[in-house]
Amino acid sequence: MIPIWFFAGWLLAVYGALILVAGLWAPTSDTQGVAMQGMHLQIWWGIGLLALGLVYGICFWPRHPK
Amino acid sequence: MIPDWSFLSLWGKSSCAALIAAPRLMSLSPIDLTIIVIYFVFVLGLGFYLRKFAKTGEDFFSAGHGMTAWIAGLSFISANLGSLEMMGYAAATYQYGILIAHAYWIGAIPAILFLSLVMLPFYYICKTHSVPGYLQLRYGEGARSLSAISFAVMTILMSGINMYSMAVIMKVILGWNIHFSIWVSSLTVAIYVMAGGLLSAIYTEVLQFLLIWLGVLVIPIAGLAETGGWSGLVRRISENFPGQDFTHMWSNLGSFTANPMGVHWTGIVFGWGLAISFGYWTTDFLVVQRVMAAKDLRSAQMGTIIGSFFKMMVPLIVILPGLLALGVLPFKLVPETMVNTPGVHTYNEALPLMLARYCGPGLLGLGVTALIAGFMSGMAGNVSAFATVWTYDIYKPLLRKQASDAHYLSMGRWCSLLGVIVSIGTAYLVMNFSSIIVYAQAVFVFFIVPMFGTVVLGMMWKRTTPSAGFWGLLAGILVSFLLWLWVKLDPPALRYVAFSSDAKDMAENLYRAMWSLLANVLVTVVVTLFTKPKPEEELQGLVYGLTTLPSMDELPIFKRPAVWAGAVAIGFVVLNILFW
Repeated sequence: MIPIWFFAGWLLAVYGALILVAGLWAPTSDTQGVAMQGMHLQIWWGIGLLALGLVYGICFWPRHPK
Repeated sequence: MIPDWSFLSLWGKSSCAALIAAPRLMSLSPIDLTIIVIYFVFVLGLGFYLRKFAKTGEDFFSAGHGMTAWIAGLSFISANLGSLEMMGYAAATYQYGILIAHAYWIGAIPAILFLSLVMLPFYYICKTHSVPGYLQLRYGEGARSLSAISFAVMTILMSGINMYSMAVIMKVILGWNIHFSIWVSSLTVAIYVMAGGLLSAIYTEVLQFLLIWLGVLVIPIAGLAETGGWSGLVRRISENFPGQDFTHMWSNLGSFTANPMGVHWTGIVFGWGLAISFGYWTTDFLVVQRVMAAKDLRSAQMGTIIGSFFKMMVPLIVILPGLLALGVLPFKLVPETMVNTPGVHTYNEALPLMLARYCGPGLLGLGVTALIAGFMSGMAGNVSAFATVWTYDIYKPLLRKQASDAHYLSMGRWCSLLGVIVSIGTAYLVMNFSSIIVYAQAVFVFFIVPMFGTVVLGMMWKRTTPSAGFWGLLAGILVSFLLWLWVKLDPPALRYVAFSSDAKDMAENLYRAMWSLLANVLVTVVVTLFTKPKPEEELQGLVYGLTTLPSMDELPIFKRPAVWAGAVAIGFVVLNILFW
């Protein structure tokens, strides 16, 4: 059975990539208000999720027994 | 642990129309919607993938007893991190302050560690499928049937309420159609639980655990950055609410009137920390089922301890957003009784408002996915536990004793669907009866708290008799119900039940749980003294003193569950001192 961490890793990586793109596309947003301007939360969160997801996705890549 | 569901108490018929007409709190961008759609597709795909691994009853109901400690532990906590807990406790924190963190610390940690070190070995050694199954082995069919039926009713009721609260919140936050939210999310849960049973539920719960944390953790990080850390947050709360103490956990519990909840420390310690907490964490099959699916006893024990660590951290993503709402929102949230007033936001909007404040496109989608994941993990937990208890503790012993494993497997699959459909019915029922959620909170205390007394006396005292098990359980349920009814019919009776007429709903529940447990234990002991016990040879593997418990002494010290339990206990004490 493929480990859950493999699935979780790739889901997080996809989410990270989407959030990163959103952050680069629109670094600030009306909904965030003045409090969050300049923090670039989406960019940092996106990079974090992408890195974490790739680590898990690659480390737990299913390998067939030889 | 019991959430404060009173925040939903007025979401009934009269207010439903107003909610449907309410303006949405936030708008989703295409990226947010993409994130949500990916989540639904992903969990459905996972369910179909896992279907091929659920070929027998053992696979479907117990996940083949193959889970590692980490998976069992994260699933154990995720099943408890449902919609009511997340939204309800953030809302309750706005109302009562950091006192609500007791639900995660004294209201959980001692009980979880007790489950791990003391009770799990018995559940595991007797190889039962469920907690009612243990009661059958220890006391006989009467106690099993009473607990199984009450658990099944409670589970379905909770599942429906969970579903309804999600649908209403999606309506308020996003303007989604209430029926669309109910049907799409519940059928998704039904499909993946039907496909893979407990295995599917556990896998998706682990996934949901990660999403919940990563989706909501943005709030405390950004919030503390905005307020200048904890001291800045405390200062802002003091400025916004002068004269009220929202940031201490114990120092304001010396009297009923010194804290926003109207509770004394005795209620917190004996009601929450003992009766409710031990009842929920050690005997509610919804959570216990997850760790019983572990591959061996040590993994089950370590899984529970890993779960307790994350449980201790949950206030970061639930309580802190509630406190941040007290500190940073430029307006005051109002009780649900004022939901029809134009231009106001209510307590239960605390967490969504914080999401809207700190999350831009993409992050907002992740945050909303986290909320949906919370709803679905809570519901999947209820549905898989219901399917097991129905099949093994009601259908098999009472309706069809002799059938093939394939028949019971099929029953489990269809029962998952049936559970969801009945839950949908319950959700629609909630819409029509405004007070049913308050009743549901009471139902939780009725059934779960007395179960703890019955199970623990059965495990620890070999003299406890089958009759005592049944009558003690029944007495606990009846006392809880009658005390609740007494206060409903005669509100001044609150000063007898909860020792104070200032007690709020939550405080009343704490004291009623205490009385219920007391009645359960007293009746069990008295009936035991007048009835005949089971022969000792029938109690092997079920009772302390007659069971050979596996020793962990041969393991290296850092692999022993007791050592890690000690580390969690130290963390628990430190946190309570820090926020005293």
